[in-house]
Amino acid sequence: MSNHKSLRTPLGRVRHLGAARSGTKHFWHQRLTSVALIPLSIAAILLVVSLLGRNHAAVVQILGSSPVAIVMLLFVITAVYHMWLGMQTIIEDYVHEELPKVATLMANTFFSFAVGLAAVFAILKLSFGL
Amino acid sequence: MVELTLPKNSKVTEGKTWKRPSGARNVKAFRIYRWDPEDTANPRMDTYFVDLDDCAPMVLDALIWIKNKIDPTLTFRRSCREGVCGSCAMNIDGTNTLACTKGMDEIKDTVKVYPLPHMAVVKDLVPDLTTFYAQYASIQPWLKTTTPTPEKEWKQSHEDRKKLDDHYECILCACCTTSCPSYWWNGDRYLGPAALLQANRWINDSRDEATGERLDNLEDPFRLYRCHTIMNCSKACPKNLNPAKSIAEIKKKMVERQV
Repeated sequence: MSNHKSLRTPLGRVRHLGAARSGTKHFWHQRLTSVALIPLSIAAILLVVSLLGRNHAAVVQILGSSPVAIVMLLFVITAVYHMWLGMQTIIEDYVHEELPKVATLMANTFFSFAVGLAAVFAILKLSFGL
Repeated sequence: MVELTLPKNSKVTEGKTWKRPSGARNVKAFRIYRWDPEDTANPRMDTYFVDLDDCAPMVLDALIWIKNKIDPTLTFRRSCREGVCGSCAMNIDGTNTLACTKGMDEIKDTVKVYPLPHMAVVKDLVPDLTTFYAQYASIQPWLKTTTPTPEKEWKQSHEDRKKLDDHYECILCACCTTSCPSYWWNGDRYLGPAALLQANRWINDSRDEATGERLDNLEDPFRLYRCHTIMNCSKACPKNLNPAKSIAEIKKKMVERQV
């Protein structure tokens, strides 16, 4: 809360560094990805269920087929982007000291990119059979 | 980091139990938060017994009764005693509300009274609202125009006037703002529901010429976007206003001017 040791006026403290003039894009993209994930999650779940009990070769063939691979790529990219945005919000909510905050925001970004790229790579590998 | 427990010197201890009024047949128990900045003791919960046959029906009436008849050191703010000044906002029976409009008959058993949550306490039930008022000032709650002032008055259609309804009634009691968990964690950077409802009152005002500038000053991950539609604000408002809706309207305008 307010820093009582500071001799700045209350209004000066509230205005602080001014408005960042950003945040709307983050808000909008979070909604955008939420809406996109409704059909994409259903498709991904149906797909995984349909894979149950099949042998390795069949799974590779289904996941590697163009329409399935495209849906899975869309799902992974949207979900990871949504996760990245959501985790950023949680970190900003709860981590207040500057150094731990920047460090966790960085870790969040690195983790999201690593997970996202690994999943994309796996799907592409199945598709192109490399 | 977020604090999950109270700091050591804020832990609430058991306080004094004051004498029951003699001969009273209709008695209600009150547990009231007490803290005096002039001694070093931790806050404590005092227990009082109010003679309902000798006291008017609202929680504020009981607090005044206690102050007059039992303990003159009990400190709280009050003024209008009819829900238009917002002075007696406090946490009663687990909810932020105005002591003057909360009936004792609405509360079963013991009445628990605390100051507004997560604010620095000045004394007993009096919170420090300095930052809250500064946040209100920061949204510049006055008409801003460039066009020269007309000779008679700024005109507004009935329809446009309606857009100020459910906003102008706000009495700045701080019940909504101090009920918001997001304000508890980020009250130094998030403006809170009361200031944002007031901001929307001026954004909605058809006579105002600084709408874009007002949106600019709110467009910030913390000032505005710390609102996660928890909606405690709308639940707490003793005037039945809907700050959550006002904040959603501001966010909608932010998107509207970009998409």
